[in-house]
Amino acid sequence: MTEVQQATNKDQTMSITSVLVIRHLYKSFGKNHVLIDFNLEVHKGESVVILGKSGSGKSVLIKCVIGLLKPDQGTIEMFGQNIPDLDHEEIDQVRARVGFLFQSNALYDSMTVRNNLEFPLRRHWIKVTQEEVNSMVIEALEDVGLTHTIDMMPEELSGGMRKRIALARTLILRPEIILYDEPTTGLDPITAKEIIGLMREIQAKYDTTSVIISHDMNCIRTASDRVIVLIDGKCHAIGTYEELKQSDDPKVKHFFE
Amino acid sequence: MNRDLASYKFLDDAGDLFRFTGRFFQQWFKPRYEIAEFIRQCYIVGYKSLPLIGLTAFIMGLVLTMQLRPSMLKYGVEFELPAIVGIAIVREIGPVITALIFAGKIGSSMGAELGSMKVTEQIDAMEVSGTNPFKFLVVTRVMATTFMLPVLLLLGDAISLYGSYLGVNIRGDTSFTLFWMQVFKNLSFNDVLPAFVKSYFFGFAVGMIGCYMGYTSNKGTEGVGSSANSAVVLSSIIIFFLDLLAVQITDVLGFN
Repeated sequence: MTEVQQATNKDQTMSITSVLVIRHLYKSFGKNHVLIDFNLEVHKGESVVILGKSGSGKSVLIKCVIGLLKPDQGTIEMFGQNIPDLDHEEIDQVRARVGFLFQSNALYDSMTVRNNLEFPLRRHWIKVTQEEVNSMVIEALEDVGLTHTIDMMPEELSGGMRKRIALARTLILRPEIILYDEPTTGLDPITAKEIIGLMREIQAKYDTTSVIISHDMNCIRTASDRVIVLIDGKCHAIGTYEELKQSDDPKVKHFFE
Repeated sequence: MNRDLASYKFLDDAGDLFRFTGRFFQQWFKPRYEIAEFIRQCYIVGYKSLPLIGLTAFIMGLVLTMQLRPSMLKYGVEFELPAIVGIAIVREIGPVITALIFAGKIGSSMGAELGSMKVTEQIDAMEVSGTNPFKFLVVTRVMATTFMLPVLLLLGDAISLYGSYLGVNIRGDTSFTLFWMQVFKNLSFNDVLPAFVKSYFFGFAVGMIGCYMGYTSNKGTEGVGSSANSAVVLSSIIIFFLDLLAVQITDVLGFN
């Protein structure tokens, strides 16, 4: 077997297990170059944390992945489809398989918890009866331990409860990949620990793949299989938490001090 | 060109607003149709505005009648009071005042609501949930304001004329039937139609500007307040400009 054939076979094997492949991604806002030749490959069932300072391009990256922003260059392959090339209908089909937990939770203020959870089910045209919708809502709320809040409005909930409800809404479509945008920001340490625990439980229960944007070291230590250090829009270092903690690179060390 | 010039910024903003309006018409006819949300918005925009518009219309009719009465008495044409007040309310004061109150209540709330949704990423969350947020939030709201303002105007005019009837009877003695006969005898199709038609444009302007200000809000929580304020100010100015344009058009078409 030639070297080329061997390389092709290796690539095919990788693409079977990889659920998200980002290659040569560039994104700028005017003269501000946010992402510069960013590359990433996420495997099925893995939990990848993207670590970086504020303004390093973490949120821009995750919004490019879900199709909320269009990159200037590069490819983002999810489930074998290049996200920037998809039209609205195609991207909606991909989004039905991907959960997104927003930093601000993004619960709809004018809707009850029940309606917040039902919203993605109804909007993605998933054919389910009202009884099935009810049981899916209850199950998602049971997963986050907040069934009693079903008829409450988001304004009646605490910060931690809102985060859990947002997580339940993310889970309702049984996503294969969950993208977390700074899941513990703004939470007290105890609640943050509970949310991280919940993320791990969900990943184990539903066999999901997680991409977590964070600069919370506790979250990174507990929730990551692999950590990517993003500095100035570039992938600066990759490794496990322990590997990066031992790193001699001053820029990487800075995060772990 | 110096891009900091106020005139450049004005033209830039005007261009954005026209593009936003163009996007509305582009999305309007395309499925999927958000009928349930449109009906919900009609309820919020129409039914919930009725008490405020009814109250202001009633006071306006009453006060206008009481203010006009001494002058009418002076020239000996007091018996024409219902006719004069009827024409003034139906042709001009009713549509403009109703639209201004509507802009104050609905325009500001739309600016603040959509601005807040933008800041808290709710609009992004909608998009991720398989929803076209522009269609769901903007198209339904603009259609609701466009179709509800004429309805509110008809009700407001009726309430205003009832206020006028009470105003006439504070110092006079005119029967209910006689009052309404005098109002309708002096009103023609040419008085009612232009006022009714222009209220659609006023409603469209209030909805479009309120949504534009909220949807394009981008300065955090400070931007939410600013969006609500700008929505009211700009809507009010546009209402007067549209009114000026309407009077010219009706003049050319021979409605005056």
